[in-house]
Amino acid sequence: MSESASNDNVQYPRTIFIRRHSVVTRLTHWLNVLCLSFLLLSGLQIFNAHPELYWGHYGANGDPAVLTIGSDDDRGTPSGFVRVGGVQIPTTGVLGVSDVDGEPFARAFPSWATIPSFQDLAAGRRWHFFFAWLFVINGILYLGFSLLTGHFRRDLAPATHELSPRHLGREVLDHARLRFPEGDEARHYNALQKLTYLAVIVILLPLMVLTGLTMSPGVDAAFPALVDLFGGRQSARTIHFITASALVIFVVVHVAMVVLSGTWNNIRSMITGRYAIQLKGPKS
Amino acid sequence: MSTLFTRRRFLVGGTLGASALALSGCDVLDQNADVANVLRSAEHLTMKAQRFLQGRDALAREFDEKDISPSFRVNGTSAPDSEDYLELAEGNFSAWRLKVDGLVERPREFSLADLKGLPARTQITRHDCVEGWSAIGKWKGVPLASLLRLTGLKPTARYVVLHCADELEQTLDGSGRYYESIDLIDAVHPQTILAYQMNGDDLSVGHGAPLRLRVERQLGYKQAKYIMRVELVDSFTGLWGGNGGYWEDRGYEWYAGI
Repeated sequence: MSESASNDNVQYPRTIFIRRHSVVTRLTHWLNVLCLSFLLLSGLQIFNAHPELYWGHYGANGDPAVLTIGSDDDRGTPSGFVRVGGVQIPTTGVLGVSDVDGEPFARAFPSWATIPSFQDLAAGRRWHFFFAWLFVINGILYLGFSLLTGHFRRDLAPATHELSPRHLGREVLDHARLRFPEGDEARHYNALQKLTYLAVIVILLPLMVLTGLTMSPGVDAAFPALVDLFGGRQSARTIHFITASALVIFVVVHVAMVVLSGTWNNIRSMITGRYAIQLKGPKS
Repeated sequence: MSTLFTRRRFLVGGTLGASALALSGCDVLDQNADVANVLRSAEHLTMKAQRFLQGRDALAREFDEKDISPSFRVNGTSAPDSEDYLELAEGNFSAWRLKVDGLVERPREFSLADLKGLPARTQITRHDCVEGWSAIGKWKGVPLASLLRLTGLKPTARYVVLHCADELEQTLDGSGRYYESIDLIDAVHPQTILAYQMNGDDLSVGHGAPLRLRVERQLGYKQAKYIMRVELVDSFTGLWGGNGGYWEDRGYEWYAGI
């Protein structure tokens, strides 16, 4: 853009800063990053204590498993595998068998993915439940604040026209071409963002908490309906794992989008609240 | 392009490096007693919250016969190896006596026949291991509350300690001996029983013969097997590691409701 239109003594294109995120959104966002990181890595430590998933009320060694991360010992050479349904995939080096101090070691998730790095279920549980409480308190603050201030209605609820297949289709194509909204359109989340954030906030994160609570015999006594909702403690454990995996995928895509659509601008807006927008002209 | 490339490399490298630092940092933090204490504060919160939500008498789910696990995993000790226990087992536990003492009004001993003569409760419940697996079994036994009514409690009694015959860790001082404890709220809960039967048969050695605890709103490690003695205490001081149980002395929560 070489030509810069002059209008009302304002030069275009020009950069303006808008207030993108409220202080509560920013604080709860980063606390969430902290909590979910610890929850994931300590969760993998807990999973390693019994690296098999089942469906229904009960499930233990010998019962039919939905997923197994295990190891075989082939004449002294350990090999790791993941078995889903009837399919067994070799995963030596990462899952089932991975190096600990340079030696292949039978553990479901590798030491670089667990807190603590060595096998210690008791410690993993301490980290997990501490950050689970912090995560729940943080989440309640965020939900309460967002409902009170209209954050959901104003920023996250998609408008009817945004939900039309044509509009969504165009946004999907734009995202695939890495073309992101500019100018006034960048003032708000696009429809894919709104839908994704809502899915995470309203479905995935509550699902994590509820399936986590359903694994607790104490909570099950207080709220038997939770057990019915998920079809048993072992189903809840499996859903907990699947939902955590979905959250990991979300974070990977989310961080990729942050980087691709303007790393520093995005990160600054989540720290200071200020978000830069390029205005090309009065009519753009 | 080259600056972008190096910036990206810097970002990726920086992120990986920071994660590695954070992870090894966690191991350091994990060993720090103050950090461990902060993390442990969540346990009290969990217990308070669960007790508040449950009330005293909320029952753990009871299942039907058809829900019973086809095989119930034997966990922890599969057979205590002390001479005394082997002798008792060979005699079909006819010489076994359950001692109930400590802060009780009338210390007593019960034979297996005595216990079987008392009103029993049968319950089909889910056993939840701290590791993550579950198994459903049918338990029959004497409500702990009935025993405590027979012995009476001194006003200072606060916890019920179950002393077991199995040694999970071989140590010279005997600190590897299994024991567990619950407070009086769980002790008098209707589903808290001293079970002598599982799935219709006398308790097998693997599952804790002749007597084990069922405290259904807590995890598997609380369900002490091979019970020899029930002691009422006012605190855990002086009991092995002082944390109220074998696994508790090894870092696990005393309140195992989650």
